[in-house]
Amino acid sequence: MSASPTLPQPRGPLSEAVQRRLTGLPTATSTWPPIPEDPFGDDAQLGLWMLYELHYRGFADVPDVLEWDPELLSLRAALEAPFEETLRRLAAQYVTDALAGSEDLVEQVQSVVEAVEVAPLAAYLQRHATREQVLHFLAERSVYHLKESDPHSFVLPRVDGRAKVALAELQYDEYGAGRPDRLHARLYADALVAAGLRTGYAAYVDQVGAETLAVNNVMSLFGLHRRLRGAALGHLAAFESTSSMPCRRIAAGAERVGLPPAVAAYFDEHVEADAVHEQVAVRDICGSLVAAQPELREDVLLGVAACLLLDARAAERMLADWAHDDETERAS
Amino acid sequence: MTVEAYAHDGTPVETEPCGDGPVLVRHADVVVTEDGVAHEATRPVVAVCTCERSQRMPWCDSTHKAVRRR
Repeated sequence: MSASPTLPQPRGPLSEAVQRRLTGLPTATSTWPPIPEDPFGDDAQLGLWMLYELHYRGFADVPDVLEWDPELLSLRAALEAPFEETLRRLAAQYVTDALAGSEDLVEQVQSVVEAVEVAPLAAYLQRHATREQVLHFLAERSVYHLKESDPHSFVLPRVDGRAKVALAELQYDEYGAGRPDRLHARLYADALVAAGLRTGYAAYVDQVGAETLAVNNVMSLFGLHRRLRGAALGHLAAFESTSSMPCRRIAAGAERVGLPPAVAAYFDEHVEADAVHEQVAVRDICGSLVAAQPELREDVLLGVAACLLLDARAAERMLADWAHDDETERAS
Repeated sequence: MTVEAYAHDGTPVETEPCGDGPVLVRHADVVVTEDGVAHEATRPVVAVCTCERSQRMPWCDSTHKAVRRR
């Protein structure tokens, strides 16, 4: 079992107040600083990320009991409300269009997947990225992949019947199908070791952008609220539906820049695995859920759109950072 | 396309076609392709390619999506 991570560096007054509260330091006032205006910004996303992590591995030197601290939970709710509201606003048109285009959930999911524009991150990694840029990508993704699949496990006790069976089946594969050395989070740690990167849980959180924090936080938002179980499973379906082909490109990119085989092996495993998981997630999990509870259809599609929109923002941010690297290099 | 698959202990396999994508196969230990070659199924569920363009035959690698979009 890996050791609990240390707390990240604050990125503004709110995340600083959260950090002080978690470490038991006295705070200047008895109330929290105002909720940051930008729900996608660094301060709000880091604050939320720290609060969510209390439900996963916690932090070294932070008492476990704070997971259910009423003050922290109410702060979390105050940060979640504008985050969820913004996601719903951004997703609304995609959901409406999907509902208008078909009555079939599989087709509706597919139409959202096709409608959301994706930044060509995988193609860039395959053909153009430098070794340093591939390492940056691996570090950025480590925030999620070292707890791969954990957020969606929160949904298991909240669904029933065929959707539950299919979700358990998918998670069993993600969790190594009975073999600890095949746990996907473990495969990712192996890839990080091979690439010469740090493998500590959340070791790179100080380096990642707010966009990557949001990619992680949306899974916790959907996973930790039973009322959002439809969105959590829609998120899973979108994630799995947009993974197989990009993973093939990323594996090729890792080989192209000469990283050891364990790096390509991680992504290679996901070419086949996620081709299966896509079908299981869309049809057997989301399809069964909506068949049993038709009122969750829109939330499933919200989850699909939210996953893709936030992934696209994180990809755009990385590509923009790298375009800047390239310009700096040309100028020097 | 018919998928020939079986479990060593005789458990009946279940198949689920996925539109223009693969066929999901559950409970199989072995999937036999048309050329008679037996492939070990190592996952709880496997997706068998039906578009015949996968680079990992007999397993689906999502190539059907690229084919469909053209």
